[in-house]
Formats: sequence, structure tokens, C-alpha cells
Amino acid sequence: MTLAETIRSSRTKAPTPGERQTRRQQRLTAVVKRILPPTGILLLVGVLWQVASDSFGVPKYILPSLSDIWTSASERWSDTFSSATRVTLQEVLIGFAFAIVVGVVIALALHLSATLRTAFMPLLIGSQAVPIVVIAPVLAIIFGYTLMPKVIVVALICFFSIVVNTMHGLSSVDPELIKVMRTLDASRWAILRRVEIPAALPSFFTGLRISATYASVGAVFGEFAGSLDGLGYVMIQATSQLQTDMVFVAIFILTFMSISLFLAVSIVERLVCPWARKEDRR
Amino acid sequence: MRSQTGSQLPSAQSRSGDGIDLVNVVKRFGETVAVSGADLSLPRHGRMSIIGPSGCGKSTILSMISGLLDPTEGVVRVEGATTMKERLARCAWMPQRDLLLPWRDVAGNAALALENHGISKKEARGRVLELIDRFGLSGFERKFPHQLSGGMRQRVSFLRTMAAGKDVLLFDEPFGALDSITRADLQQWLRRTLEETPRTTVLVTHDVEEALLLGDTVVVMSARPGRIVQTVDVELPQTENRRELIRHPAFAELRDELLSLLEVAE
Repeated sequence: MTLAETIRSSRTKAPTPGERQTRRQQRLTAVVKRILPPTGILLLVGVLWQVASDSFGVPKYILPSLSDIWTSASERWSDTFSSATRVTLQEVLIGFAFAIVVGVVIALALHLSATLRTAFMPLLIGSQAVPIVVIAPVLAIIFGYTLMPKVIVVALICFFSIVVNTMHGLSSVDPELIKVMRTLDASRWAILRRVEIPAALPSFFTGLRISATYASVGAVFGEFAGSLDGLGYVMIQATSQLQTDMVFVAIFILTFMSISLFLAVSIVERLVCPWARKEDRR
Repeated sequence: MRSQTGSQLPSAQSRSGDGIDLVNVVKRFGETVAVSGADLSLPRHGRMSIIGPSGCGKSTILSMISGLLDPTEGVVRVEGATTMKERLARCAWMPQRDLLLPWRDVAGNAALALENHGISKKEARGRVLELIDRFGLSGFERKFPHQLSGGMRQRVSFLRTMAAGKDVLLFDEPFGALDSITRADLQQWLRRTLEETPRTTVLVTHDVEEALLLGDTVVVMSARPGRIVQTVDVELPQTENRRELIRHPAFAELRDELLSLLEVAE
């Protein structure tokens, strides 16, 4: 039997129903093993929280019980939280999209030109040294209580890790592969398009996932500096009235938003570059 | 069996213009002399193996032929072309690692060169299907590299190199990373493929048997500074069977000669 035949026969052998059954069971146990521990920890924290606030007489304005938070969430959903969530989500998504576009353009430009790279790198790093908390009020002065300053703050917070990770991905291509491509008559553009960009996708998504967790923080910073609605606005209003339960509702919604964005990015990543996970497993 | 030193090749062999010629080629990287004064000549569709210890500059010679590097001194001529750009257009180069694109399936990887020539993705795929069949890879068109064994991946890498339609093929230890069984299988296969579709090939290896199996001339190089020790013509009985060939007394004699040359070269 030649090599090709050996491989072919071993590849085309279909799994028996029994094998398929055990494989499905293995997959099920793997899922349970992944979901059970975090759920357990969350439940434990929840129970401790409830017990602490119920039995130790912690004042409601310091640590409201989970049931209080739930009550205020359901009572104030329609008049406060639904519109606040919508406003903040809008800021997060637009700012995030803005960061992706700007981040990718900057990464590509700096990757393609060494001159641009040396010229802009210090500025880029410097932009991260400026505290966003300080920038936000200035933006609020310039743009007023509009959507704009929040979008800019979100984008400012998000774009850096996208730029850095995308650039890293673009330049991580094996130099020998670039040489092979050149002997296969690839132009600079063909190498970028057929090799460097696809190769950079996993790193790009790593950058996206990191910034996805920052995005909602950026929106709240922006709203703290001046706003008429949004979860950050609700938090400021509630804090001054000692409505700690309202603050916690906003925190939970923001957390949920961050996790959802993170998961959405991970799902898109899996769809766009399925090979990355398989290569890792080799 | 005849052998002569590299600089005294008979003129009949060095029909310059349609093969590969190196005239007094020197390559320095800063202070290091990688290749010192190499003269080589290979007629069109000739097959040359270059062997030598590691660091003898054999890969550098290959890079200079391919047009990825230029010599510091001397002339490299590939089918009459001397500029890097023109040499690049005539040569396909394949290194030890397969370097397949993990996001492209077998047909997609093979179609790369055609796509680089501006042919649409779909048409390029269609055109390489026939090659895939000829390379014994039919049924694997839609498999991705991670689904293939090392030998299969290397075969796809060959396919990608061949699909570029270049007349000159440059192999840099193409079987170096494979186990000996797979390597024997692929050596046999490459011999057959080159019989069917003759190309001008230069193979760099440190395996003496491989050099004899795949070359009709073997160039022995020595290390630091890299220079050509001797050029040996390979004249062996015509046979398809690799084992029979390796058993043949003429093969054993050549192998022994090359090994002794390599000992001196070290």
C-alpha cells in the first residue's frame, strides 16, 4: 500500500454508531465540566451576598441585597433602565466599530511603511499615557452632551490593543513563507492580501476581545463627564440619592453588556478563522 | 563514472542561455564569506544535487539562483536572465518546511501562484485540479493542511511549487523534516514526477543517497568559506525501482566516493 492509500483508508473510515455515541457523551461531559464550576462560584457568591445583607444588618445604602436589586431593576426597567441601556449600548457599539476601523487602518499603514512606524509609534504610545478620565470632560466641553464625546472615549480606550495586536499579527508571518510567495510571483499587495491579513486575523481578534471588555467602561467615563441619559448618568443620579440598589443594577447591566460583546467577538472569530483553533491543537 | 572539478566543466555541458550558470560567484554577509568563488553550470532540464556540511553556503547558492539574493561578486544567469527580478520570474523555490497556508485547503494552496498571476480564484482552482489528480492527491482537494500527514503536506507544497509553471525548480532539503519511510516514498515519487514533466532542478541536501537518486550531477561543497570541492556525474542504470538502484554496485561506489569527498570537505 502506498502512503496515499494508507492515509486515504484511515481517513475515510466512518465511525460506528457506538463510537459516535461515546464521542457525543465525551463532548457533553466536556461542556458540563466547563459550565459547572463558574456557575457554582456565581451561585456561592450570590448566596453569601444575600446572607450578608439579610443577617448582618448591613445598611441598604451600603450593600443592598440581591432581592432588593432585582426589585429595583424590575420596577425601574421601563422608566429608567431600558432607555439608559439602549443609549449606553449605542455608544459602546458605535465607539467599538469606530475603534476597529481606525485601529485596522493605523495597523496596516504602520505595517506597510517603516517610516510611518517610526514617526507615529511614540505618538501612539503617548496617546495611551493620557488618562481617559481627564480627556472625557474636555471632549464634553467641545461636543456638549451629545453622542460624540462618548463614542470618542470608547474608541480611544479600544483602538490601542487592536492596533498593537493587529500589527503583531501582520508581522508574525514566517519570513520563509514570504520568500516562497515571492517565488510564486506574489506582488506586495498579493502577499498582504493572501498571507499577511489572513495570518493576522487571530491576533486581531485577540485585540478585539481585550478591547471588548474595556468598551463599556469607556462609555460610562464619557457619560460621567456630561450626559442626559445612559447607565453612567443613572449611576451618578442614583449615587447622589444614596440609591445604591440602582447603582448595582447599572453595574450588572454593564457587566452583562461586556460579557455579551466579548462572546460575540469570540463567536465571530470562530466563524471567520476556524483554522486557528485546529492549528493550535496539532 | 567520470568526475571533474567544478571549474573545468566541458563546454558541451555549459550551453549557457537556457540553463543555469554561476560564474565566479562570491557572497559575503558582512565579514562572513558564505560562498567563495563558485562556478556551476547546469543545462536546461538538467538535475543537480548540492551536498555539503551545514554552513557550507549551499542554501545561499540556491537563494542566489532563485533571485531572492544577489551575489556580492560574479554572475548568476538563469535561462539568460541576470537581474534578480527576472530570475525570480523563472524560478520556483521550495524550502524544508511545507509552509502551507492553514486557512486554505489543498486546492486553494495549490492555486496560489495562479491567483498571483491574476487568475480568478474559481478558475485557478479548476486549473490545479488536474495537477492534483496527477500528484496522487485526488480526493484531498478540500482537506485542510491540519488534516494531512507530514508527507502529504510536503506533497501539496511540491504541487504548489509545480503549479507556478516555472521551468526551474529549486529544492532546499525538501525531505529533511520527514521520517525515513515517507522520505523514501517521496523521493521515488519526485523521481517519477520529474521524468514525466522534466524541469531544470537544483536540490540541496545533506543526504548522499538522496543527492544520487535525484541528481544527474552532484556538487560537493566544503564549509567556511563555502566553495565547490568537486562535481561528480551520476551514471546509473535506468530503473524505476529505488531499492534496486541503491543495491547496485555503481550506486555504492558513487556513494562511497561522495562520502569520502565529504570527509575531506569537513
